Amino acid sequence: MMNTFVVYVENKPGVLTRVASLFRRRAFNIDSLTVGRTEKAEVSRMTITVDADHDQARRIEANLYKLVNVILVENITREPAIVRDLAMIKVSATHGARSHVLELASVFRARVVDVAPESLTMEITGDEDKIDGLLEVLRPYGILEMVRTGIVAMRRGSKPTSVARAIGSVSAQIADDDVQQSV
Amino acid sequence: MALATSGPGATNMVTGIATAMLDSSPIVCITGQVGSKVIGSDAFQETDITGITLPITKHNYLVTHADELARTLREAFYVARSGRPGPVLVDITKDAQQSSCEFHWEAAKPQLPGYRPDLSPAETEYEQALDLIHNAKRPVILLGHGAIVSGAMNEARELAERAGIPVALTLLGIGALPASHPLNLGMMGMHGEAWVNHTIQEADLLIALGMRFDDRVTGNLKNYAPGAKKIHVEIDPAEINKNVKVDVALVGDLREVLRVMLPKIESIDRSEWMHFIDQLRGDSAVRDIQNLPDTGHLYAAHVINDLWRETRDGNVIVVTDVGQHQMWEAQYYKHEHARSLITSGGLGTMGFALPAAIGAKVARPEAEVWVVVGDGGFQMTMAELATIVQEKLKINIAIINNGFLGMVRQWQEFFYDRNYQATPLLNPDFGRIADAYGMRNITVTERSQVIPSVEGAREHDGAVLIDFKVEQEDTVYPMVAAGSALHEMIRRPSPIVETAEDE
Repeated sequence: MMNTFVVYVENKPGVLTRVASLFRRRAFNIDSLTVGRTEKAEVSRMTITVDADHDQARRIEANLYKLVNVILVENITREPAIVRDLAMIKVSATHGARSHVLELASVFRARVVDVAPESLTMEITGDEDKIDGLLEVLRPYGILEMVRTGIVAMRRGSKPTSVARAIGSVSAQIADDDVQQSV
Repeated sequence: MALATSGPGATNMVTGIATAMLDSSPIVCITGQVGSKVIGSDAFQETDITGITLPITKHNYLVTHADELARTLREAFYVARSGRPGPVLVDITKDAQQSSCEFHWEAAKPQLPGYRPDLSPAETEYEQALDLIHNAKRPVILLGHGAIVSGAMNEARELAERAGIPVALTLLGIGALPASHPLNLGMMGMHGEAWVNHTIQEADLLIALGMRFDDRVTGNLKNYAPGAKKIHVEIDPAEINKNVKVDVALVGDLREVLRVMLPKIESIDRSEWMHFIDQLRGDSAVRDIQNLPDTGHLYAAHVINDLWRETRDGNVIVVTDVGQHQMWEAQYYKHEHARSLITSGGLGTMGFALPAAIGAKVARPEAEVWVVVGDGGFQMTMAELATIVQEKLKINIAIINNGFLGMVRQWQEFFYDRNYQATPLLNPDFGRIADAYGMRNITVTERSQVIPSVEGAREHDGAVLIDFKVEQEDTVYPMVAAGSALHEMIRRPSPIVETAEDE
């Protein structure tokens, strides 16, 4: 099954390579990996999705923790979470098809961000299924170009996976608990 | 701690670093790097050594400013030694080496927000483990390198004695419990004695202490100790359930975990189980190859057994290479003390013995250091003879010379129809090589010469090389073939002999 990990790492050169290399070395295939800044300059946050069974997921978590630059790992697969992917889709929209394409965009709540005589470019945010759904109905019109960011995820509700918790002494304790639970 | 220059100097360290990674050896390697301004330009002797060593170091660093240096080095030594030890590499650019900065010890304190080497188990996990131990009728302790790294030799011994549990050792666990201890069964695994492996297969509880269920130890995982519950005490959470699914895992420092457990361990009579194991041992228990008749052949096992007899009372470190001689050493040299055997386990690095022995002698000059090495592995690093002579190190070298890459030859014999491809060796005259370095040497071809040659080497002030010309196509028994279950061993032709010739 697809597992979603939220990984806080030190914002240092080479950390992305260390994480990516770990998955390669341990023979797991990354489905999606995104990385970006957080509210703390010295911490970056990754969202990694990977196909793994229960035991494999625990080993991935434990191995991530072995990387010295990894601060906190959370497997939020079974948690209620908001999962978002962003896509930009350039679709052929000739005179006759244009209104149909615009209609589909509005049904999926995609925003048109660029218009050219023979094409439209739209931006859509949502979970992966929603984007896949839009792609499916646009395909007959001719998709000229497409790019997706990969997913970012955040736990629902008030329980924070905040960076403040993820660094400093409090976090170490929390992380220890997580490691023990995973054993 | 090792230093190398940039480029080829750094890449030459790669095999050593990987060896340390697999055997959890704490080392810090410092390499030179081209100036930070020219990194990435393929400058002279530039190589991306942090990239190359990323998967084979516990952690590594690239330092481009002098003011990062103090903290980085403090972190490097801390990371290398704490938790599960391992190699750390620090790559320092030329400009960082040549500039200067203000140094404050306190300001250079390690800052590792994500690094947590000090895990400890939960209360419930202790209870579950104790419950399993107290209810087991046929338990075995599997004692590994972690016992030595953690300094838990006494605690492990106390657990075994108090609960009456026999102990099997991994190759790197040898010495963690004295060979002469009545509960010590010996080495397990691919070339472990038959009764050790049978005991594990018949057990109802395995208590794995500081070991990682390597494939050389388990045989085929599908039918590994099928009737046994498993307790795993291990400092590295990533080792839990990696190869063998366990019932209870205690993640933490072995010595600390055992210290918590010991007061709660009840003494249980397990004489029935010990009696069963004694029966498994049968004649092998009294087997003593010393009493076997001299057939005119020189066998490696006899050489190592004699070496043990001669040096057993000394403060000896034996450093072995990789292959048949390594397994014979593990079987026939009876180690009584931790760290008295130094060998490459996980990576199986041929060429390890000679340089490792130099390290051992420099670190412990008062110890008597013996290198036990095959003729193949010796030639991989024999340039280090120069270091031995140059540094005036008293190291005794026993080459177990069978004219083959013996272990590979053995596999070719068993599984590839004696197709001896690339295993026969055209060796130089090792004595003349030693002569060239001005090193005393002797060639031994008969069993009666073994003990005098060892005595002679011990008495001589400087380094000595002994070339033991042993039987060429000899076999390490027993052997669990790759893919076989642990109890499916290729046995000795007879349980009380070492080779077919002895019958």
